[in-house]
Amino acid sequence: MSALLEVERLERTFGGVRAVDGASFAVRKGEIHGLMGPNGAGKTTVINTVSGLLAPTGGQIRLDGRAIQGLRPHVIAGLGVARTFQNIRLFADLSARDNVLVGEHLVRKASLGARLLMLPAAAEEERRAKERALALLERIGLAERARERARNLSYGEQRRVEIARALASEPRLLLLDEPTAGMNPVEVKAVAALIRKVASEGHSVLLIEHNVKLVMDVCDRITVLDFGKVICEGEPAAVAKDPAVIAAYLGAQA
Amino acid sequence: MQQAVNGLFLGSIYALFALGYTLVFGVLDILNLAHAAVFMLASFGALTLVGRGLHILAAFPLAVLLAGVLGLVLERIAFRPLRGRTDSNISGLISSLAMATVFVALALQIWGPNVTRFPFATLPSGRPISFLGAGISRLQLTTMGVALLFFLALWWLVTRTRLGREIRAVAESPRAARILGVNVDRVIAASFFISSALGGAAGVLFGLAYDVEADMGRSVELKGLAVIILGGMGSMPGAVLAGLTLGLTEAFVVARFGASYRDAISFAGLFLILVLRPRGLLGQAALREA
Amino acid sequence: MWEWLGDLYGTYESTLAYIGLNSLLALSVYATLSCGQLALGNAGFMAIGAYAATLLTKSAGLPFPFALAASLVLPALVAVPLGLPVLRLKGVFLAIATIGFGEVVRLGIVNWDFVNGAQGIVAIPQKTALWMIFLALAAVLFAFGRLRGSKWGFALEAIREDEPAARTMGIPTTSYKLAMLVLGAAIAGLAGALEAHYTFMVAPNGFSFSRVVDMLVFAVVGGTIFYWGPILGAAFLTLLPEILREVAPLVGIEPGPLRLMVNGLVLLAVILFLPNGLASLPARLRERRAARRALAA
Repeated sequence: MSALLEVERLERTFGGVRAVDGASFAVRKGEIHGLMGPNGAGKTTVINTVSGLLAPTGGQIRLDGRAIQGLRPHVIAGLGVARTFQNIRLFADLSARDNVLVGEHLVRKASLGARLLMLPAAAEEERRAKERALALLERIGLAERARERARNLSYGEQRRVEIARALASEPRLLLLDEPTAGMNPVEVKAVAALIRKVASEGHSVLLIEHNVKLVMDVCDRITVLDFGKVICEGEPAAVAKDPAVIAAYLGAQA
Repeated sequence: MQQAVNGLFLGSIYALFALGYTLVFGVLDILNLAHAAVFMLASFGALTLVGRGLHILAAFPLAVLLAGVLGLVLERIAFRPLRGRTDSNISGLISSLAMATVFVALALQIWGPNVTRFPFATLPSGRPISFLGAGISRLQLTTMGVALLFFLALWWLVTRTRLGREIRAVAESPRAARILGVNVDRVIAASFFISSALGGAAGVLFGLAYDVEADMGRSVELKGLAVIILGGMGSMPGAVLAGLTLGLTEAFVVARFGASYRDAISFAGLFLILVLRPRGLLGQAALREA
Repeated sequence: MWEWLGDLYGTYESTLAYIGLNSLLALSVYATLSCGQLALGNAGFMAIGAYAATLLTKSAGLPFPFALAASLVLPALVAVPLGLPVLRLKGVFLAIATIGFGEVVRLGIVNWDFVNGAQGIVAIPQKTALWMIFLALAAVLFAFGRLRGSKWGFALEAIREDEPAARTMGIPTTSYKLAMLVLGAAIAGLAGALEAHYTFMVAPNGFSFSRVVDMLVFAVVGGTIFYWGPILGAAFLTLLPEILREVAPLVGIEPGPLRLMVNGLVLLAVILFLPNGLASLPARLRERRAARRALAA
């Protein structure tokens, strides 16, 4: 089974705090891989280092065999990695459709020359880009809200648009940081279905989630972090029974 | 040594001015571009009072008070309404710019565009005092003394009084301060009052030494920026240190290379600092909580 | 009738010229504002363009188009080594660094005897015609207009809204910001050259901090959401002093201070009540009317 993403002894320190402390795990191609752990376990830091917003202070990250740690975010994105954010970071004043259009940046084959000379090829390209954006919005069920400004969308709608925007660059690896936080059960089911569909179409997914039921339902395998270290990795059923995992979560609640 | 004296004298004025700048930046994360205009208005204020026959010892505190009040006006009109906005740094910059323009316009209308000076006998003159081989004029001595007084007063205020603690709290995190019961609005207003008073004091001292005109804020404003960057945005000891350093550097550069390079120093320095060590000498990396 | 128009043109030609020049300058600042960067070094770029063109026409006797080309290219070239270190700075720090750059350029000119230092150069051949200014303006507008809605236009808006998020979408933000800085520098340089050959003089005090502040004010008052906003601001604030000059004696205030006062008040009013500038007025009014209708319904 080939690994798309390999994280090897990843370390990230902030001042004196080791947010990620020698974590290692792998995401296989076409897999939905869950990343769990109590608050502060280092999950978002892992995603930030994988997507390039942070540079690790130690360890290696490999995408399809190629080392990507320390590369700049736009370079990593160019290699086929897209993400959503824990606290939604849509472009508030842009419409839903335009948000997705921005996400298409890497796949748009526009030529500046054609654009400035007002060649028909430019108009054609723009039309196709808009169509793609609308199609993505349809996939997440928000086509009627395409023209709405992102700040006017409901919380659940915004999260879904963010996922659509991440999909727009046709990534190999999709990093989802708590995509269902604050959603009602109906919306959660919709997102779960979307994630499953996306994975079946060939994208690999690394999913951070606190919603245990969702993670158990949707993920092929799960890695659990606590205090920046991996305390368990395996299939959902096994992880759910692992005593270290139970202790970490119960300890967090105590 | 003479240069050192000249440098410290000039540097005291820069430091005083920069303190005001950095105080507001520390508390609000906003650059108050009207600071130089208040500097100028205070100078004119003192000039007018002295012209009416008031002794400088009375005119000075009144002018400083006037400056403080202007600071309150500034805060109320140009900054408070912008408090919630996301782009409040840039819009604060622009609205302070607007107020600066209004202040300068007022000065031009009331006092005209000409350059004036304080009457000759404003400060008691006398032979310069000799110190370690250099001559310190009474003006220089008074200026440095007054500046020192202000530095000490500010230090005492910030470290020993309740207001000072509240200011530091708001500078750290307005939200946390509010939760702890601090009246953030009042603290911000007070900060503006103090900041502008400092700028006003610098203005009167500057006017006594040089000329008073509507445009006098211009070069000091930009140098003030250089000073707070050098000292570290939001750091008060940094502002003092950097102000004195700039004054000294300018004095020595002018002595060595001639007056035309004096201004270039501050900007070239500013540039280098920003590119090499944006934190400045004593500032912290500016990551503020909302 | 045509005589009257001819007279009108004669009287107001310089106002028109300045509307055009100020629009170009406002757009040069807009270039970086459009991707969220407050870069205020454009007085410096303008000076470089103006002086370069002047030296080429006056001292070297080269033809005007050549000088104009230089006024585009030279500032652009300077913008690159400036931008690389400086665009890493955020917000107010970038503003200060670029202000510093502008001042360094100005002081460099003041101290350079070859160009007459603070006194500047006079008797520059008057080569600029009104149509040149407006042609340049049209070209710049066209370029901005074509950017909008294109993948680069969207990328710039994304950088403006949330730069780190934009980077995760594959947008090379530093390159784009640099490109806009270079574009703004070229536009400012061209405007400088055009102005120098219109007023037949050039002097360092025309490229001070207050010059770039004016440019910023034009852009902000006009509005930076749409690319034509800065032109509105430039036109409005160029016409205003003309109107005020007539009004001043009636109100008993000197025209100079009055103009400054009104400028300040207009800017204040815009930033407090109409933050997206005059260009956003129609949309605001529409929203207001729609809201009122919704309440009434």
